[in-house]
Amino acid sequence: MNPGETPFHATPLEQRRQLVQRLVRMLLLCVTLLLLVPVLGILGVLVFEGAPALSWSFLFDKPQRLGAAGGIWPALVGTIWLTATALAVALPLGVAAAIYLSEYARDNRLTRLINLAIVNLAGVPSIVHALFGVGAFVHFLHFGESILAAGCTLAVMTMPVVIVATRESLKAVPKAFREACWNMGATRWQTIWRIVLPNSVSGILTGVILVVCRAVGETAPIMFTGAVFLRLVTPETVFDRTMALSFHLYTVSTQVTDVPRAVPFAVALTLILVVLAMNSIAIWFRMRLRGRKKW
Amino acid sequence: MTPPTVAPSAGARSRSAAQALDRRDRAWWQDLLARAVVGLGGISAVLFIAAIIVFIASQGFEFAWHRLSWSELLTGARWEPTAKPPSYGAWPLIAGTAWITAVAMAVAVPLSFAAAIYVGEFATGRRREWLKIVIETLAAIPSVVWGVVGLQVMNPLIQRLFDTPVGLNVLNAGIILGLMAAPIMTTLAEDALKAVPDAHREAAEALGATRWQTIRKVVLPHARPGLSAAVLLGIGRAFGETIAVLMASGHRLLPPSSVFDSAATITATIAAELGEAAVDSDHYQALFVLGLVLFCITFTINLLADWLVRGGRGRA
Repeated sequence: MNPGETPFHATPLEQRRQLVQRLVRMLLLCVTLLLLVPVLGILGVLVFEGAPALSWSFLFDKPQRLGAAGGIWPALVGTIWLTATALAVALPLGVAAAIYLSEYARDNRLTRLINLAIVNLAGVPSIVHALFGVGAFVHFLHFGESILAAGCTLAVMTMPVVIVATRESLKAVPKAFREACWNMGATRWQTIWRIVLPNSVSGILTGVILVVCRAVGETAPIMFTGAVFLRLVTPETVFDRTMALSFHLYTVSTQVTDVPRAVPFAVALTLILVVLAMNSIAIWFRMRLRGRKKW
Repeated sequence: MTPPTVAPSAGARSRSAAQALDRRDRAWWQDLLARAVVGLGGISAVLFIAAIIVFIASQGFEFAWHRLSWSELLTGARWEPTAKPPSYGAWPLIAGTAWITAVAMAVAVPLSFAAAIYVGEFATGRRREWLKIVIETLAAIPSVVWGVVGLQVMNPLIQRLFDTPVGLNVLNAGIILGLMAAPIMTTLAEDALKAVPDAHREAAEALGATRWQTIRKVVLPHARPGLSAAVLLGIGRAFGETIAVLMASGHRLLPPSSVFDSAATITATIAAELGEAAVDSDHYQALFVLGLVLFCITFTINLLADWLVRGGRGRA
């Protein structure tokens, strides 16, 4: 506020306070921009170092010399398998849980317990999820080390993401829509199926994309439940073991010797492009949703 | 309930009214079924948490009960599960975890709080949207990519800047973890600021306070429980991160004495050794015991954060 523009004149004290405020604001902006630096820096380095090694043959060829040469095709296909399996398990469970919490549940002890469980499921370290996957899916349910076991582990880990995204979008559907439907004599389920769910599809899709984003990037939970160091054939059933993009990136950057410098960067670039593409779609969905809603 | 066209006798009317109220038709049964299925989905979250405890505890139970000394686990200086005789002292791992988490918080707390205050209280319109998108993008970078950055970018950088022989150390892992935890902490801190009622801000500004005075004297004190919860959850994040820290910390099984020492964390040790340990061996079970310890700590952190957020909101 410029003192000359208003009929009020700022006293020296007020002017000093305005100055402090402007300085603080500037400082905060600078620190916030510090968060921009890593994003841009990482993207820049990955593109700069990795792009020369990235090519169609890199994407569609089999790895040679333990990943030091050749391409990443089996890892790419494996990641798609793992993500699809995780989604197939996490999506129905997560959407069901969200519907229960937002449409049926009363504010009682059970509901609080479920909410607490969701928060904890999201907060448990990924390596603990890996241990759980090994104990429950690999050994107890006899899935062995397989896509199924790794996918289920990822699903347990990503379920909270689906629940939160779906619950938000269900909550965004106005109460009046439901009341109108109930007044027509519809049951709760008919209301949900015909009115509430169709109006919250984009929220659920956002959840789907965020799960994919998460499942593609995670390494620790799949290391001991189904991902392998090297397997040149692409998987055929969910009981096969498979290579995965994230685990491949881990092995070529730590386990394999004499890897050309560009290879890990190229794998990382592929991984991050997939993740960022997914993330951008999710953001776009959400903005479109917010822009279009008239209620 | 449609009114009957021909007025029936009193008895018949009450029967039809009862029938209309008690509509056990197909839709009613479908609703019951849907409620059951959806309820199962809701309960599955609780079941999964219970299953995590049961499975991890049961895998390590036999060893923990019969052969493990808890005082050795918590204070023993040597983690040498493959030596003869094996030694299960997790102190180096606990110390490494504590050091790295502390550095991570030193990076993440100022960054995320400043970003939250700026985005939540100062920024408006398009700039605010863009900053939020960038923060969200930062959160989406997979941990293994952060690991590569630690290994290939930060490592030489730290070697050159501080003239140390190894760049894979507490500082490297701490900075990486700090940057990884910052976005989620920013979001949580911004939520905490948003939960402060606007009436408080308006009252302060009506008294002539500048925006910054309002924030410092009114908004921040009021949002303190939420901000504490944000820090706690950030600690939980940094503490539980596995792959990035395994790649960037140097993984040396000795307690660090400065930020330039390499270190190992609990999570990274599990990740590094689980593949080599024979199933059901003492070593394997010891790793599950470590997992259980991790779970208990993060569980406590989550409960505490939840309680803080709830308590703060209850008083608002």
